[in-house]
Amino acid sequence: MRDLAATAAPPLPALADKLKFYAIWVVVALVLLLLPKLFATGGSLTTFSLIGISIIFALSYNILLGQTGMLSFGHAVYYGLGGFLAIHAINIIGANKWPIPLPLVPLIGGVTGLFFAALIGWVSTQRSGTAFAMISLGLAELVASSALILRTFFGGEAGVSANRTKLLKVFGFNFGPQIQIYYLVAAWTLIAVIAMYALTRTPLGRMCNAVRDNPERVQFVGYDPHVVRYLAFCFAGFFAGIAGSLAAINFEIANSAYLGAVQSGTVLFAAYIGGIGFFIGPIVGAIFVTVLSLGLSDLTTVWQLYFGLFFIAVVMFAPGGITGLLMMHRPLIKAGMLTRMLPSYLIALLPTLALITGLMLAIETTVHYTVNPGEDPHVKAFGIPFNAASSITWLVAAALIVGGFALARISWRRTAHVWDETLTAARAKVHAT
Amino acid sequence: MLELIVISTLNGVLYGMLLFLMASGLTVIFSMLGVLNFAHASFYMLGAFFGFQISRWVGFWPALLIAPILAGAIGAAVERYGLRPVHKNGHVAELLFTFGLAFAIEEIVQIIWGKSPVDFRVPPLLDFPAFTIFSTNYPAFKMFMLAVSIAIFVGLLLVLKKTRIGLIVQAALTHPNMVGHLGHNVGRIFMLVFGVGTALAAVAGVIAGPALVTQSNMAGLLGPILFVVVVVGGLGSLPGAFVASLLIGLVQTFAVSMNGSLAGAFGPLGPDWASSWVADIWSVTIAQVAPIMPYLLLVLILIFRPMGLLGTRDT
Repeated sequence: MRDLAATAAPPLPALADKLKFYAIWVVVALVLLLLPKLFATGGSLTTFSLIGISIIFALSYNILLGQTGMLSFGHAVYYGLGGFLAIHAINIIGANKWPIPLPLVPLIGGVTGLFFAALIGWVSTQRSGTAFAMISLGLAELVASSALILRTFFGGEAGVSANRTKLLKVFGFNFGPQIQIYYLVAAWTLIAVIAMYALTRTPLGRMCNAVRDNPERVQFVGYDPHVVRYLAFCFAGFFAGIAGSLAAINFEIANSAYLGAVQSGTVLFAAYIGGIGFFIGPIVGAIFVTVLSLGLSDLTTVWQLYFGLFFIAVVMFAPGGITGLLMMHRPLIKAGMLTRMLPSYLIALLPTLALITGLMLAIETTVHYTVNPGEDPHVKAFGIPFNAASSITWLVAAALIVGGFALARISWRRTAHVWDETLTAARAKVHAT
Repeated sequence: MLELIVISTLNGVLYGMLLFLMASGLTVIFSMLGVLNFAHASFYMLGAFFGFQISRWVGFWPALLIAPILAGAIGAAVERYGLRPVHKNGHVAELLFTFGLAFAIEEIVQIIWGKSPVDFRVPPLLDFPAFTIFSTNYPAFKMFMLAVSIAIFVGLLLVLKKTRIGLIVQAALTHPNMVGHLGHNVGRIFMLVFGVGTALAAVAGVIAGPALVTQSNMAGLLGPILFVVVVVGGLGSLPGAFVASLLIGLVQTFAVSMNGSLAGAFGPLGPDWASSWVADIWSVTIAQVAPIMPYLLLVLILIFRPMGLLGTRDT
């Protein structure tokens, strides 16, 4: 058996590949280190911190959805509980003057997430698929509703706050300014990303993939899918707890919104939009969703609707997410045939943009009439002024939607045709060489 | 005490029947399409808001008919143009599609009708006490709700047991692939079932709207309970959904009307606990924990009977 495994295992990577692999991580660390030098304003530092937190959270979610195939609607439970425990820990440590510095507090949150995942997971991971999704939703509602009942611990509607600067100072850092919090978050993000990447390379990570693809086969091989799902669930809970406690440290407060359905939905959006099929997908998704939600909320009042519609569009037309779309082009790049696709993309993009513009115009005009009907009809959305009362606006919107839809349909069909041809040609070329 | 039991039983059965109106559609859709419609409660909300708007224009009675038809048409369109293209991407994508849909519908409802509750009134024809029991007036509208849900329940039973389409639906509950192999137009049946299921949820919305609060968060509040019903009853089991609906309806209604707490029952045993950190658990009343009762029931069912009360499938 041992010999068989040895011969079946892939060959060890060459030295050049290894160097390339470690070089990526070193470059990432350097970028994280230099980022505040390039964007030094307080606002961008807060944004970077939020992105880091949401990267950890989205990656921990992908241990469930992408790696093990478990769709969870209640992942925020472990994030929130980690956050609450971290806040209480800061308060207790600060009051008793224990020699525990702030950078170690996320570990407390992580262990909390692990503990509750271990407790709840044993029941909920007994089933997979749709049943697991429903159970995770029910358990999340249970915890979120209980949080409002248990006021002493969860602080009711207001939440619990803490002062992060009261803890033991390390190397003179008191973690008051945002720049120090940024480096704390960045360091933990790097550690967590490396740890989660390493997890996918372990035998357990491989068994998770096997459970995702064919649980029955896994049973035949001699593993219990329930145990594998349970272990994956515990790891996901641990990293979610770290993310939650970093969020609590960043805001110096934890409230019941941390545990809620919105938080669970956001992490699902982030992971799926980024692409659950690749390790880097949730990272891309977390950056994208955080920047989008911060940026869009300034531009329009109904950004959540756009967000929902965008998510539906990704599910319908790009189930691989953003990374899935990019990775699709890898064979073309290898064959050097990417330029063949560009003209049809440009042709298809034009009516699609027209369709989107028409939809946005229609939505913004409707919003003007329903949300603030009495006000001046010269409204501004995305920085573009237009007159919501004039019939020209309506006509333009209708024409853009109908015309854009019809042309987009035709042009995307053609693009798909060209895509098939180019891909076949690219494969033939790669095989020939 | 007797008063409490009678009134709570009536309310509980009423709530349970309302839940079943929605859970039945959800169960049949799940059994046939294999996808749990996350947006099912959103169609209940759409029904309530359509009912509100139409009853403003032409009165409550036409609204009772038009609103479910509208919602059902939207449901059928969603199946045909949304869910069916996503089907090739697998069940997770389908579930996520309905999740995104629920999110978008809530946003759209918020944009059109605002975040605060709308003034959806009981029609004047039914705005009187049906009977007085133990000095409590029981409103006629609630009896009407009960009558409508029982009528639909009986109608559904007859359609399922006595008609050809009912036989096909029944067959598809247990052997979905075989039905396709027998040459039925599965696509059209799916669309029909989805449309009827969402229309039933909308009926529940129209009749529940005036009695409960018609607000943009009503789908978010009810949706999770609906899934608890379906999981507790057993995924894909119609009788199970019925039993679970009534059970959860009764449990929640009885819990709301009870005022006991641990402190009230065992107060003398631990007088100091009321001031310690367990005070929350110690002094919380049963009425306060009523909202989490369905979820506690879910956990108990999962521990002792993972496939649900009457479920047979283990997927």
